[in-house]
Amino acid sequence: MAAGADNRSVAEVKAGLERVGYLADEPAALVAYLAQELGKPVLVEGPAGVGKTELAKAISRATKRSLIRLQCYEGLDEAKSLYEWNYRKQLLRIQASTDAEAGPAAGTFEDIFAEDFLLTRPLLEAIASTEPVVLLIDEIDKTDQEFEAMLLEVLSDFQISIPELGVIEARTHPIVVLTSNNSRELTEALKRRCLYLWLDYPAVEREMEIVRLHAPELDEKLARRLVEVIHMVRQLDLKKPPSIAESIDWARALLLLGADDIDDSVFVRTMSIIVKHRSDIDLVAERVGVQLKTTPGLGAEATG
Amino acid sequence: MGTAEILDAFAALAAVPWADPADFREALAATIAKSQEDRRVFELLFERFFFRAAEAEALEREIREERRYEGGEQLDLDQLREAIRQAIAQGTDGEMRDAARLAIAAFGRRGEGSGVVGVDVQRIRRTLGLQASGRVAEGDEPALEREQIQAFERHLRRELERALIERTEKLPPSRPLAELDRALPTSPIQDLAAVHRAVAQLKRRLATLGHEQRGRRRASVVDMRRTMRASLETGGVPLRLRYRPKRPRRPEIYVLCDVSTSVTSASVFFLSVLHALHDSFRKLRSFVFIERISEITEVFERERDFRAISEKISREGGVADVSGYTDYGRVWLEFFEEISEDLDPRSTVIVLGDARTNGREPHAEVFAHVAERAGRTFWLNPEPRLYWNYGDSVMAAYERHCTAVFECWTTKHLEDFVNVVAGGTPAVEA
Repeated sequence: MAAGADNRSVAEVKAGLERVGYLADEPAALVAYLAQELGKPVLVEGPAGVGKTELAKAISRATKRSLIRLQCYEGLDEAKSLYEWNYRKQLLRIQASTDAEAGPAAGTFEDIFAEDFLLTRPLLEAIASTEPVVLLIDEIDKTDQEFEAMLLEVLSDFQISIPELGVIEARTHPIVVLTSNNSRELTEALKRRCLYLWLDYPAVEREMEIVRLHAPELDEKLARRLVEVIHMVRQLDLKKPPSIAESIDWARALLLLGADDIDDSVFVRTMSIIVKHRSDIDLVAERVGVQLKTTPGLGAEATG
Repeated sequence: MGTAEILDAFAALAAVPWADPADFREALAATIAKSQEDRRVFELLFERFFFRAAEAEALEREIREERRYEGGEQLDLDQLREAIRQAIAQGTDGEMRDAARLAIAAFGRRGEGSGVVGVDVQRIRRTLGLQASGRVAEGDEPALEREQIQAFERHLRRELERALIERTEKLPPSRPLAELDRALPTSPIQDLAAVHRAVAQLKRRLATLGHEQRGRRRASVVDMRRTMRASLETGGVPLRLRYRPKRPRRPEIYVLCDVSTSVTSASVFFLSVLHALHDSFRKLRSFVFIERISEITEVFERERDFRAISEKISREGGVADVSGYTDYGRVWLEFFEEISEDLDPRSTVIVLGDARTNGREPHAEVFAHVAERAGRTFWLNPEPRLYWNYGDSVMAAYERHCTAVFECWTTKHLEDFVNVVAGGTPAVEA
């Protein structure tokens, strides 16, 4: 009964995301909806490869906004994320005005700190854009706390102060998505300004849907088998558990190889697609390989 | 949680339909719970608060549920058992709730209710013969997933509470929220992830230690090539000097870990720390000791699985010779002999142990030598600071020579240690 007109908006967002190839679960769809409704940044956390970045891309596709991406890394600073003065252009300007007269023309020094001489970086670009955009700040946990502090002004007021120019305010309201792999605890101040979404590996059913969405030619039984094996692998204590993207890759590889069942030999041959550490490969080969040997294969069930 | 979050929560609630419990809960969670840990506490509170609120409302308006399973007593126990098992295996919320009611009705009739919710839940579960998979399932009945049974128990508990409230027509006193405290993970496997996180943090901090110093002009070398390049930007005038980046120091770590009986509980934790360290640092040599010392670097390099490692160590370590009592003095002598050549100011020595010598000679002077040769020496003690130097603990003798000592038996402490080592400020409670 609740699925009437009231519920339409969240469901619509969900359907929109699905149309562009992203199967969001309830919380993800709701948060995406709230982000648009309330205009608050979203902080998405979760293990690597569960589709955090993909969510932002999907939102941008679904809302038909362009995506501005800021990839974070250790040592990222204002000059690379906010803005930088274009030295060359400023210098040329000074030289040009010097050549004409005996000395630098009066007012040159005010002129060269105008917007024309500003090199916009992702954050400023997102704020100053005349079209509404989606701003993706990827892997915020890779930066240091100072950078986080700098982000606060952008995230809460959607403005940037440039000492020489004054405050640049957002012309449109961007949807901001921050992702974090949880490798470091983010500051309270940042969390307070964001909606929080924890993305985890999807359940078997949902991952199957995702795989089948991206590799539609794959047989349903094979897809189930594949996802079950992936889940088995994730259970192990690996250095790098396989991500959703890797399950999709694996599904495509199986299609290419024309495999109709994941048995022992197929698994060993294609394992390198989902496991990418020397020690992990050994572990997975040992554990999962044996299990595949002992459990009856899919082909036997299907034909029998 | 601050005022800002409460405002957000209300804004979010305004934007979602209230009739859907899932949306309602998610909207609250997204604005209030800002980490996974918060989320866990949030779910507990949400469940508790809204269950109580709904029940209180029901009492006030004197609403009672009509009994739906009046036929409960006529059902054969075996049939009932089968029906419930099916419901649990299917695992939808509504069916499980119905099954729970059915079970309660059946047992209530037989006058077995003790009035204590927890006892009743266990009794019903036993009578139904619900066994989690993994244990021996009787007969040919398919074993059920542990989570499903737990979910069923939750429903049982809720329904029993509801029935109790209806009978007594008042709410039970609210239980203290102590259990909602952020409990420390207790089992070592659970702990492992947290330990890994703390160590990963340590690694990152150590790796980027040099970055902070990069900015300091003092004592850094001008990089002529890069300065010239940069000067092109400013028309050939070297406005900005470029400096050669300082290479962060590559940590060379020696870890000594006590695995004797006096620290049994802690040594599992320590071993998991070691395990995590091995994943993160290449130049790491680890040792375990009780009476004697034994290098286990290789074990860690070969094995990935934590359990296999701990087994191997207890089998091959060869450290528990005669008495099984720690002999720190001897350990230092051996360690010094074996390793002193390799120690240099760039190396870090980390000792994990309780410094209880069982009355034997502590040989603090040898430890002093070790500490002197190594750049930094840290001691992590699994006992609370209060117990140090009582009984046979000789912490004070060693503490003098260490760069720093820490009490350390939870991942929280480990994080504090990481903070201090990496040059941050320790948390207040440390």
